[in-house]
Amino acid sequence: MAHNATDHTQPTGEIQKPVTGWIWKTFFVLVGITALEFAVTFIMDPSTFRNSILIILTIFKAFFIVAEFMHLKHETKGLIWTIMIPMALLIWLMVALITEGSAIGEAIFSAFK
Amino acid sequence: MSTTSTTQTLPTNASIERPRSGTWDGGNEPFKASYGKLMMWFFLLSDAFTFAAFLTTYGLMRHRHLAYTGDHKDFVFSSAYWPIPDHVFNSFPGLHGVDLPLAFVALMTMILIFSSVTMVLAVEAGHRMDKADVQKWLLWTLLFGATFLSCQAWEWSHFIHGTDAGTKMLDGTIFYGANLQMNQYGPVLFADLFFFITGFHGTHVFSGLVLLTYCFIATTNGTFEKRGHYEMVEKVGLYWHFVDLVWVFVFTFFYLV
Repeated sequence: MAHNATDHTQPTGEIQKPVTGWIWKTFFVLVGITALEFAVTFIMDPSTFRNSILIILTIFKAFFIVAEFMHLKHETKGLIWTIMIPMALLIWLMVALITEGSAIGEAIFSAFK
Repeated sequence: MSTTSTTQTLPTNASIERPRSGTWDGGNEPFKASYGKLMMWFFLLSDAFTFAAFLTTYGLMRHRHLAYTGDHKDFVFSSAYWPIPDHVFNSFPGLHGVDLPLAFVALMTMILIFSSVTMVLAVEAGHRMDKADVQKWLLWTLLFGATFLSCQAWEWSHFIHGTDAGTKMLDGTIFYGANLQMNQYGPVLFADLFFFITGFHGTHVFSGLVLLTYCFIATTNGTFEKRGHYEMVEKVGLYWHFVDLVWVFVFTFFYLV
């Protein structure tokens, strides 16, 4: 698909042929995971288990986008950790505040029961 | 450097003469990434915090409200419980009245993933200094980005105008669609979070389009070629992939779970 590289010559020299195999591979992985997410959403009944599967699949997708498309996998270890450690803390934030949400709901709906 | 101090013992001559060349002594790139790219990463990290705050708020508010417990098929809109997204986002442009749960959002997701692919292709062409290819892939990315934004405009318009039937509100009137104070789909905050989360994401897509337009013009004018590298395309590419990444999470947390 991407093999129609230009044939007009440039002053700076020969233009190399594009290498795009890894890009399309990542693309098909992303499409595949998205299709799987849809299948899981419609085949399974809503439950914590189903949502866990969806979240894990989402993290897979995020991994492919960040590692391949954003090239983070090929950066130095220092940069990878600089990005990943703060992001990991967000999982804590999310778990903590969702628990808090359930507690608020509990207080509102069942406090006087 | 070579003046002698009398107040301290000096290291040997050789180590004074030698320039400081440690990792953090300046003049090099500790992360082997240019200043601009590094700063783009840090900006994206801070932006990720903002989006995480939005999605966490969504999670908190969803759990603070009751969940719908009845059968999936019998679901009706009510402010008593949080709506099931399949029943809210089930329409498709041109197919009025047909129940197509999440079909349109699936299309939007595919368009955005595809725009991400054309963006990597533009970055890849930039590495090869292939001006014509960079132009071509930037144009495709612009096209898919603009299509995504138009889809979101339709989605918003549909969400605001509501379904044909509407929903009977607590005061007995029928209400159609949604605004920030009232909506037919469920609790007030459901529509608020829809507007804020998808709106903030859409704003990012729009900024991305502006940056891509700049990149396209600069590429066409030969600015990057004269500069000797297409790093600007790479940096804008990072931003564009980030927008796609955020959509992956919005898609899961807002539409699927």
